[in-house]
Amino acid sequence: MSDSQNDILIDVQDVWKSFEDLEVLKGVSLKVHTGSSDVILGRSGIGKSVLLKSIVGLLRPEQGSIKVMGQQVIGLKTRDLNEMRKSIGYVFQYAALYDSLTVRENLEFPLRKHSDAGEEEITERVFEQLRLVGLESAVDKMPSELSGGMKKRIGLARAIIKRPRIVLYDEPTAGLDPITAREISELILSLEEQFGITSITVTHDLECARIVANQIYILDDGVFQHSGTFDELKRSTDPYTRAFFQVVV
Amino acid sequence: MNSYQKPPQISYYQMTRKRIRSSMEQVYGITTFGLKFFRYVFVPPYEWGQVRKHFDELGAKSLPLLTIVGLIMGLILALQSRPTLDRFGAGGFLPAMLALTIVRELGPVITALIVAGRVSSGIGAEVGSMKVTEQIDALEVSAVDPFNYLVVTRVLACAIILPMLTAYVDFLAIFGGYVSEWISSNSSMQLYFNEVVQSLRFYDVLPGIGKTIAFGYIIGVIGAYQGFNTSRGTEGVGRAATSAVVLASLNIIFLDMVIIQLTLLFLGPG
Repeated sequence: MSDSQNDILIDVQDVWKSFEDLEVLKGVSLKVHTGSSDVILGRSGIGKSVLLKSIVGLLRPEQGSIKVMGQQVIGLKTRDLNEMRKSIGYVFQYAALYDSLTVRENLEFPLRKHSDAGEEEITERVFEQLRLVGLESAVDKMPSELSGGMKKRIGLARAIIKRPRIVLYDEPTAGLDPITAREISELILSLEEQFGITSITVTHDLECARIVANQIYILDDGVFQHSGTFDELKRSTDPYTRAFFQVVV
Repeated sequence: MNSYQKPPQISYYQMTRKRIRSSMEQVYGITTFGLKFFRYVFVPPYEWGQVRKHFDELGAKSLPLLTIVGLIMGLILALQSRPTLDRFGAGGFLPAMLALTIVRELGPVITALIVAGRVSSGIGAEVGSMKVTEQIDALEVSAVDPFNYLVVTRVLACAIILPMLTAYVDFLAIFGGYVSEWISSNSSMQLYFNEVVQSLRFYDVLPGIGKTIAFGYIIGVIGAYQGFNTSRGTEGVGRAATSAVVLASLNIIFLDMVIIQLTLLFLGPG
């Protein structure tokens, strides 16, 4: 096996997924290398989040293969799937903070469930995460008291508190003003560099893609139509890619 | 050019068939969901912290409402029964009649229906809103089983707390009956409660309290099922809460009828 193949952390091969009569993914394939930050771009409702949820085992594709850290996700037993999920962080589109828990409890949750850390260590880790996302003052707030941008930051902090190898971001900047969106994108980049995270970001925000992406994949009609770096795709002569970049920029 | 096409008309027969099919699917869904509880309840991790939290949320917070209902139920029952019993010269049987009616039937069913209204809808709405805001997915990707964390804990709390609440309501309702007796005839408390205790046997109390474990299970399972299967955003959350109350209440009444038949069959009319 070549070094390049050993280096692949997420390997998606010919994945098909449909909902009743609607075919969403039609044989999509993707390889994500260790340390890489890949971005999936595409219009709303095209199946970007479906792919992300399939990678983490929340959805089960009808056909194809998804390997994460060498383990086949499709058909994996719940116990093994949960073991694999401990190495993955997931940032949801609307943060998905547990609304009956405070910010502190939200951040403590993954540590209490899956680590032997003592009270002191847990508190230390929580404040460390809050410092990283610049929200120490929100520690005892309820999610309902936070703004959209603050929720995203806390969602991000919760996703990386276990120091996962992989983080999957589902529309991390959706619904935010351009300044906050840019701050979140820069925060993602800085955390990834700091902790050596491999990531896939699903977005339709080109500015976010420009900041965080090593490689961009454009999803359309159930498959990746084009891929490349931000600058390569910007110069593309393909009509769909051009249209996408022109409309959004 | 207008490209809008009207959806095809569905006949009454097709609509009825679709509704029956969907109801059958729901019965199947609730049954398998309910049976899944027994597969999970004995398997670690045990979320006792969550169960304790739900005791407070589902049980202790129902106490004020149940206190009022229990007292008034006993009071009204005594007020309504007294003239009829007097007409047949059986006024002395009032404490015994009240105790049997309340302990065997009214206490368990009324408590279960009130808790179903308050708790089942609450569970449906809470779990439903967790579903539509992806909090259940967040639990799953955190390697926490949402069924164990959200459903087992709530069902267990309901099944444990409802017998306790029923015993509390039974006592209050019997006490309410005494208050009515005291107001109308200034009767002695000791005499009244002596009559009550003498009229109740183990076979009256056990099925009455015992069946509330099943009622609590139904309240928890149906509320959680409706929440877990919520779709279509906030509108779906509202629908889940309403359906949870309706289905839980119907099932409680239906199950009560079955349990009464079984009790009569195995323990006799008493």
